[in-house]
Amino acid sequence: MTQTYADGKFGEYGGQYVPEALMPAIEELTDAYQRYVLENEDGFMDDFRARLRDFGGRPTPTQYAERLSERYDREVYLKREDLLHGGAHKLNNALGQVLLAKYMGKERIVAETGAGQHGTATAMAAAHLDMPCEIYMGETDINRQRPNVFRMRLNGSEVNPVTTGRGTLKEAISETMRDWATNVEDTHYVIGSVVGPHPFPAMVRDFQAVISEEARRQVREKTGGLPDSVLACAGGGSNTMGAFANFVDDEGVGLYAVEAGGSSLDVDEEAGVAPNSASLSTGEEGVLHGARTKILQDTDGQIMESHSVSAGLDYAGVGPELARLVDDGRVNAVNVDDDGALEAFHRLSQLEGIIPALESAHAFGYLEENYDDLGDVVLVNVSGRGDKDLETVIEETEKRDIDAAPSLAEFSGGF
Amino acid sequence: MGDESENTTAANPELAAAFADGPAFVPYLAAGDPDYESSLQYVEALERGGADVIELGLPFSEPIAEGPTIQSAVVRALEGGMTPDRFFEFVEDLAVDVPLVCMTYYNLIYQYGDEPGPRPFVERAAEVGLSGFVVPDLPAEEADPLREACDEFGLDLVFIVAPTTRGERLERIMSQVSGYVYVQARLGVTGAQDDVSGQTEQSLDRLADYDVPKAVGFGIKTGEHAERIVAGGADGIIVGSALVDIVADGAKDGESADAVAERLESKARELKQGALRGYDQRVPQAEGK
Ligand SMILES: Cc1ncc(COP(=O)(O)O)c(C=O)c1O
Repeated sequence: MTQTYADGKFGEYGGQYVPEALMPAIEELTDAYQRYVLENEDGFMDDFRARLRDFGGRPTPTQYAERLSERYDREVYLKREDLLHGGAHKLNNALGQVLLAKYMGKERIVAETGAGQHGTATAMAAAHLDMPCEIYMGETDINRQRPNVFRMRLNGSEVNPVTTGRGTLKEAISETMRDWATNVEDTHYVIGSVVGPHPFPAMVRDFQAVISEEARRQVREKTGGLPDSVLACAGGGSNTMGAFANFVDDEGVGLYAVEAGGSSLDVDEEAGVAPNSASLSTGEEGVLHGARTKILQDTDGQIMESHSVSAGLDYAGVGPELARLVDDGRVNAVNVDDDGALEAFHRLSQLEGIIPALESAHAFGYLEENYDDLGDVVLVNVSGRGDKDLETVIEETEKRDIDAAPSLAEFSGGF
Repeated sequence: MGDESENTTAANPELAAAFADGPAFVPYLAAGDPDYESSLQYVEALERGGADVIELGLPFSEPIAEGPTIQSAVVRALEGGMTPDRFFEFVEDLAVDVPLVCMTYYNLIYQYGDEPGPRPFVERAAEVGLSGFVVPDLPAEEADPLREACDEFGLDLVFIVAPTTRGERLERIMSQVSGYVYVQARLGVTGAQDDVSGQTEQSLDRLADYDVPKAVGFGIKTGEHAERIVAGGADGIIVGSALVDIVADGAKDGESADAVAERLESKARELKQGALRGYDQRVPQAEGK
């Protein structure tokens, strides 16, 4: 297991850069994390594991991918988080935090969402555990991930559109923090990734670590050894840290955090726009949303607008622990652009019968481009399924000339 | 005052002096909202209206402690070209005599200059004559580097105390604060409100034993609010959104900068008069201290 970092710092990174009004709640949460999560007080972790199994459908399989293995002439295994209830790894964290809020006696849940996957996971967990829930979502994201908006509503959550800025994840997080600062006494903020002030990065990692706990055992059962490399996409980095956590101490296992290269890695300082979301690869140290980490910012320190074809990766920051692991040379920060991700989306759909989330498709884009460097046994985390992305994929595919893509245009009118 | 609350950090005599006789009126505006020249005029109007200290916002793209009013001001100011360097020029160009406090978020302070960390920003702030800082996303836990730089250059570091701040946290903050303490009148974000929060009195009670001026902010909108808050024991009032609203209306309606400045001045006067009335109501108490 990775370290717990009781002081909330990962070397230079991490910390608690939040308004004073939130600090008492963060102290309370730090204490609850210690007792319930780390020490299993009142059998919290047992309760959590049982619910992940019965409600969530864990363990998810690690599958041998026959045709990808053939294509790349090595063993490729898929950790199937797309098969978790809700269709993404997000439930591991959402269920953990909503349950923790319940143990803490909180009465209301708020959460931000980008792709809508964390929002739907939180809405499901809140319904399951009978907690009122409000989700903040940027308007741009509402438009590109509409099915998820309906799912949240169906589970009984309120969805509050956020219209500031570009209306994506960054603004949604800021707005949820404002709600939390207003209602902090009875409300828990279920943050959706390994970002934010301590204890969130460590706690979310611990809830997601079940991914690599299972995968490490499953790959062993199938191959008798460990994988040579593990690939996971990285937005905030929760599926990433979840997939890496139990491999960090296995020095022979290469870890690859695949960020969104967007349309370009270059930055438009003048416009304040970085047409990518590659904060680990191209960002600079700074303070955003409660933590010191790598962020996309201009030379003054203003946060840049990020871009990715995949809403779930479209964020100007990244988890502080990942920033540290990259600096330490333990994790390789790499990236795949929009085109590469779309191609990989179609490839996986056709070769393996798995329609991946556009986020997860980035990891497969990296595999396609670099398989030769990844060793004999490669594990790729399929962080989610792609149903939510169909509209975007149809639109973006039409703009491009993608080899493997079927013709979709003739049917798309009825969407 | 107990040992633990001993405050050895009072760095800048100007801020303390602003609270020395009578209640301090501390207005806030975002520098450069909606443009550089008008904004200079607006800040100067606040001084004419009776400001004792002025909090000048250096706009940051992710203002997590602000409500919609100040968020919009930040957007206007950024679109108007405000940057940290322009901000320092702005301070130099201002023709005001009252002390100025820079309100901004930590990343801008941290990124400024050649070396990482807050020192270059604080050094430059001292050069242009700023008196101190309020940094809403920097709790006492993370403030040591900025506190040290402020001590080095003789600037004050104002901390915010929230309605949820109690016990040990309160003591820790009060041992680091200097200039004045910003008493957050209610939970939530900035924004003008139609009433005075009951949380204000409780917060002032908790702070009664600390010998640092207490300025109450968040939600104050009228002279009557100011009056009640000062009558309730505050040493000063901080008003932002109610003033920013005037700038926003002016920008929207295409009003002349002179007309907006005039309205700001008279709003400032209303708030200052309210504070003075509140102070009169508690003169016996004040003398007893
Ligand atoms: C399927 C899927 N994968 C990955 C992500 C990115 O988040 P993280 O980097 O925290 O795993 C998201 C976010 O919404 C997602 O929905």
